[in-house]
Amino acid sequence: MSEAPYVIDVRHLTKSFAGKTVVNNLSLQVEPGEIYGFLGPNGSGKTTFIRMLCGLLRPDAGSGSCLGYDVLAESDRIKANIGYMAQRFSLYEDLSVRENLIFMGRIYGVPDLDAAVDAMLERMQLTPFTGQLAGTLSGGWKQRLALSACLLHRPRLLLLDEPTAGVDPKARRDFWDDIYTLAAQGVTSLISTHYMDEAERCHRLAYLAYGNLLTSGTADEVIRASGLTTWSLSGKNVHALAPRLKALAGVEQVVPFGNVLHISGHDAARLELSLQPFLHGEYSSQKTEANLEEVFISLMQQHKVI
Amino acid sequence: MGAGAFFSFRRFRAMVGKEFVQMRRDRITFAMMIGIPILQMIIFGFAINADPKQLPTVIVAAEHSTYSRAIIAAMQNSAYFRVVRTVASEAEADLLVEEGRVQFVLSIPEQFSRRLLRGESPALLLTADATDPAATSNAVGAFRQLAEAALARDLEGPLHHLRRGKAPLEVIVHPRFNPEAITQYNIVPGLMGVVLTMTLVIITALAMTRERERGTMENLLSTPVKPMEVMIGKIMPYIIVGYVQVSVILLAGRFLFRVPMIGNIPLLLAVSLLFIAANLGVGLTFSTIARNQLQAVQMAFFFFLPSILLSGFMFPFRGMPVWAQCIGEILPLTHYLRIVRGILLKGNDFAHILPNLWPIALFLLVALSIGLKRYRRTLD
Ligand SMILES: Nc1ncnc2c1ncn2[C@@H]1O[C@H](COP(=O)(O)OP(=O)(O)OP(=O)(O)O)[C@@H](O)[C@H]1O
Ligand SMILES: [Mg+2]
Repeated sequence: MSEAPYVIDVRHLTKSFAGKTVVNNLSLQVEPGEIYGFLGPNGSGKTTFIRMLCGLLRPDAGSGSCLGYDVLAESDRIKANIGYMAQRFSLYEDLSVRENLIFMGRIYGVPDLDAAVDAMLERMQLTPFTGQLAGTLSGGWKQRLALSACLLHRPRLLLLDEPTAGVDPKARRDFWDDIYTLAAQGVTSLISTHYMDEAERCHRLAYLAYGNLLTSGTADEVIRASGLTTWSLSGKNVHALAPRLKALAGVEQVVPFGNVLHISGHDAARLELSLQPFLHGEYSSQKTEANLEEVFISLMQQHKVI
Repeated sequence: MGAGAFFSFRRFRAMVGKEFVQMRRDRITFAMMIGIPILQMIIFGFAINADPKQLPTVIVAAEHSTYSRAIIAAMQNSAYFRVVRTVASEAEADLLVEEGRVQFVLSIPEQFSRRLLRGESPALLLTADATDPAATSNAVGAFRQLAEAALARDLEGPLHHLRRGKAPLEVIVHPRFNPEAITQYNIVPGLMGVVLTMTLVIITALAMTRERERGTMENLLSTPVKPMEVMIGKIMPYIIVGYVQVSVILLAGRFLFRVPMIGNIPLLLAVSLLFIAANLGVGLTFSTIARNQLQAVQMAFFFFLPSILLSGFMFPFRGMPVWAQCIGEILPLTHYLRIVRGILLKGNDFAHILPNLWPIALFLLVALSIGLKRYRRTLD
């Protein structure tokens, strides 16, 4: 099955709840070993899409395959070979850390389970919490336990729904190290996140809003495709300028970054014209590349207007 | 990793193990499951009296005469008895009583009319299935008067002198199985079925809804575990709980209420498995339908009420209107009560209880199929 060109290959997936379309005609291809980022504002349909991939929800329309198995007809086979981490902690709070892992391992038929669980506890630094009830772990440790549980059976595809929400920076870095190591071994990951730095770490990413796929590609491709021009302006009291800048023609976003302001817009010529008075003199200015956050926010605003 | 298998023992064992640990951790529920039987035993130590009518009766007539026919006709006319048929031998009549098919046997002895006319006060034997004393006492009381009144009409004219002095005939009542009419003898075995119904249906009704409400269903559904493994895996630990309850009641019945237990206890324990499974099946079905735990509990009560009211536990089964009896016949508790009373008080063997066994099995089958059909394999 690993010869298939895509690990995830779905076309025109659509899902609505009570007449409200939550995922609209979404097509997505993910290659083996890829780390694919899945971004979008709250309620944009990320979780719904991931649930459809692993057979937790039935798409209303569309078709596709996951690990070479049909999403609609072979969800049993898909389930045996993926690791799904739900957004909400969904292991048993009244079981201990170890009991949860043993349970999941047995369900998947992990060979040499005791040793595998011990190794996983060690690797995720969960060893000190072995006997603690999962419900009494702090949020970040719960996330780590959930991740351990879906790695235990060495799945070929990871579907992780906001795996690092509420996790501290060091643990997040460890998490990404793990994901990279797994990717090098050929494990594919689809990861939803709200963190821009994580988006940048993905090989490719997709941005979803109101159920529609607005853009996808590598971070650079996404930025270039946005057609956004950005100027950075720095200097003393530069923040005081923000309200004035926002009112100018051609200015769509003004975002403070420390003592720098990022001003962006789609119409490069008008933007430069409007900014002319500020580009020289007491402020130092520079034309830079827009960052992902600016691209996403601009995409969302555009889409809202439609 | 075999993903296609319909049922995997490995995954089933994983489910059972998990359920056991969770059950052990849920102390309050666990205490309730043991506490409820004890509490109910104390509460239901009192009987509820009723006045059932139309009790099925067979006649063993060694003689057919005007007088015997008059008595049988009078029984028919009184609302208490419904003569279902006449049988040839005492043995045949006894079997019908043991199986619980009839409540009374009226034996008319040989030479009844001759001895009656000679003024010898012949005896009529009324054998009653007194397992449930409330069901028979009024009818027995009615019979004495009814028999004398029936004969009074025939003993007119030249025979009038027979009506004077001592009673023309004697009525001997032979209450079988529970001669002293101690209601606890009936109530305590009955409680076994009631307690199992009450606790097991609620507990399992909560089982699946709890997974859904806590969000753990999402994880469970994303694994290759199959509906059958989940459902039976969840039932398993509670079967053991059911047996603990049965033991508590049997022991209390034996040593606290001194209920005679003449029957085959291992047989009772074996058939209890079917009844326990039937209740767990209902609960599980409810839990696939209910959207939250409150609904699940409400559904369990919806099932529990007719069970306790229409099964013959609260009121003698034969005292209920026909429509209620029809509903009662569907409920597993009705049949289980007959089995428990049959085994404990009458010493029934397997052949005796068979007519009450298959309705429970059928019920279990239907409940489990609905449950499996309703088991949602997706979140929507
Ligand atoms: N079972 C359901 N029934 C009805 N509506 C639902 C259901 N599940 C999701 N929705 C709706 O679908 C929309 C998309 O939800 P979804 O959880 O997929 O968003 P999301 O992108 O994961 O958001 P977030 O970033 O907050 O996790 C929301 O408006 C939500 O209310
Ligand atoms: Mg989500």
